[in-house]
Amino acid sequence: MAGSTQKRWTSGHAKSRRGAEDPWYVRWILIVVSLGFAGIFLVLPLVNVFDQALAKGWQIAVGSLGDPDTMSAMKLTALVSAICVPLNTLFGIAAAWLIAKFEFPGKALLTTLIDLPFSVSPVVSGLLYVILFGLKGYFGPWLDRHDIQIIFAVPGIVLATIFVTFPFVARELIPLMQAQGSDQEQAALTLGATGWQTFWHVTLPSIKWGLLYGVILCTARAVGEFGAVSVVSGHITGITDTLPLRIEKLDKEYNSVAAFSIAALLAVLALLTLGLKTWLEHRQQRELDLAQTSSDSSDEH
Amino acid sequence: MASKRFHILPGFSLTLGYTITYLSLIVLIPMAALFLRVTALTWDEFWKIAVSDRALASYRVTFGAAFIAALINAVMGTLLAWVLVRYRFPGRRMLDALIDFPFALPTAVAGLTLANLFSAKGWMGSWLDVAGIKVAYAQPGIVVALIFIGIPFVVRSLQPVLEDIEVEVEEAAASLGANRLTTFTRVILPTLMPAILTGFSLAFARAIGEYGSVIFIAPKESEIAPQLIWYRLEEYDYPGAMAIAVVMLVISFCLLITVNLLERWASRFQR
Repeated sequence: MAGSTQKRWTSGHAKSRRGAEDPWYVRWILIVVSLGFAGIFLVLPLVNVFDQALAKGWQIAVGSLGDPDTMSAMKLTALVSAICVPLNTLFGIAAAWLIAKFEFPGKALLTTLIDLPFSVSPVVSGLLYVILFGLKGYFGPWLDRHDIQIIFAVPGIVLATIFVTFPFVARELIPLMQAQGSDQEQAALTLGATGWQTFWHVTLPSIKWGLLYGVILCTARAVGEFGAVSVVSGHITGITDTLPLRIEKLDKEYNSVAAFSIAALLAVLALLTLGLKTWLEHRQQRELDLAQTSSDSSDEH
Repeated sequence: MASKRFHILPGFSLTLGYTITYLSLIVLIPMAALFLRVTALTWDEFWKIAVSDRALASYRVTFGAAFIAALINAVMGTLLAWVLVRYRFPGRRMLDALIDFPFALPTAVAGLTLANLFSAKGWMGSWLDVAGIKVAYAQPGIVVALIFIGIPFVVRSLQPVLEDIEVEVEEAAASLGANRLTTFTRVILPTLMPAILTGFSLAFARAIGEYGSVIFIAPKESEIAPQLIWYRLEEYDYPGAMAIAVVMLVISFCLLITVNLLERWASRFQR
């Protein structure tokens, strides 16, 4: 009994010996400090979301979500994500196929350019589209004459969200497909499969978990994007407010319970994302281990 | 031989065309448009906006807070990664999963709850209030928000490096008479340094662009650079917004290059 407790609290390396191990009090202090930091910066903010949302009871919290303006924000957020995620997924698959399966000049540059949106401030991302499509932007006057509105309307929100979630799927798939190589595809093609058949029956099954991982991260960001969307939305209540923008508006109106109720809804989504992500990582690790042990045992024969 | 075999695979021109078109439409053309618009300003006009008093003040707040937050993340992230990789304790897997929470949580939610938590009435703020420390709606609040969004970077860039470190090296140091602290500072830390620096740069880069979480907790009297861009846009002052945006973009690109060089350096280290 004492032995098992001892084991749970000591170093993770089964083989670790003296000299590579920290004294017990160092371990204790470091663990306590880490847990304290994580408690203050990760756990408390999360618990606080639900505590504040439920400050006046379940009914008021749930009721505030039924507000027509909040409902329309939910619909807008769902619509924007439903447009952005498939588009960026399609792009991610195409870009990963290109970069992982072919050699061509400028490949390194292309890979860097795909990552570019990650290093741009969300506010600047929104600004880019205002410069193109805003009233005083490049195409503004033309759009105005033809009565097309992009900025301060849904198309602008979609464009800004596509920009900030642009690299997610591609960046998950590129290293995965590079690691897998193209032997399997070559074999399928040699056996007479067409390009599409090869993709559907050989490539897609082998990248499905990585793809799902990228899609989940992309969706989480698309639902939660604030800065870029804030610049192009125009904040028209009930029309161009997404859920995160709605939170800001309710908070400014000192409607704390309503703001925190939406926040709680989004926090539940974030926890779901985290759960799925952890499960997928676990699964990938297991498949990798399995592949390794089977190749090890075949080496022995 | 490998390059010969590559040519059998179909889809090169299709994926190349699609990738380039989509990348151009979404990323390259809008960015080119920004730089093109800015060139309409003379250098003097640009410089006057870019280093105006208000702009300079916003850079100070942005880079100061981002630097402090990234530094705290570098220290705490190293500690967290060390504890997660080296020790076994109840709740370790939960903690490991929770590290990514700031990536998954919308920034507006983070800002809302942190502002409440660290306000004078909040769970953390009421304690700090007794000590006379004001966090929410004051400059330390900005740092708190930036610490939150930067937590995953250092931990996630360190974990794989720590897992690969060979324990034998530490044992060798110990058998040669080094105590644990000397082993850590002379043997382990130098190996970890590239990854810590990479994580620090990533957290810093993310922090200087952050907007959503900061505006909930920031004081009214000091603004961060992205906020200033926002105000300029609201006044339809495009040149004012663009000049500051270009300054921020150039700094971000420099950071991106730094991170790439650091990663190359780190991979050389591991070999």
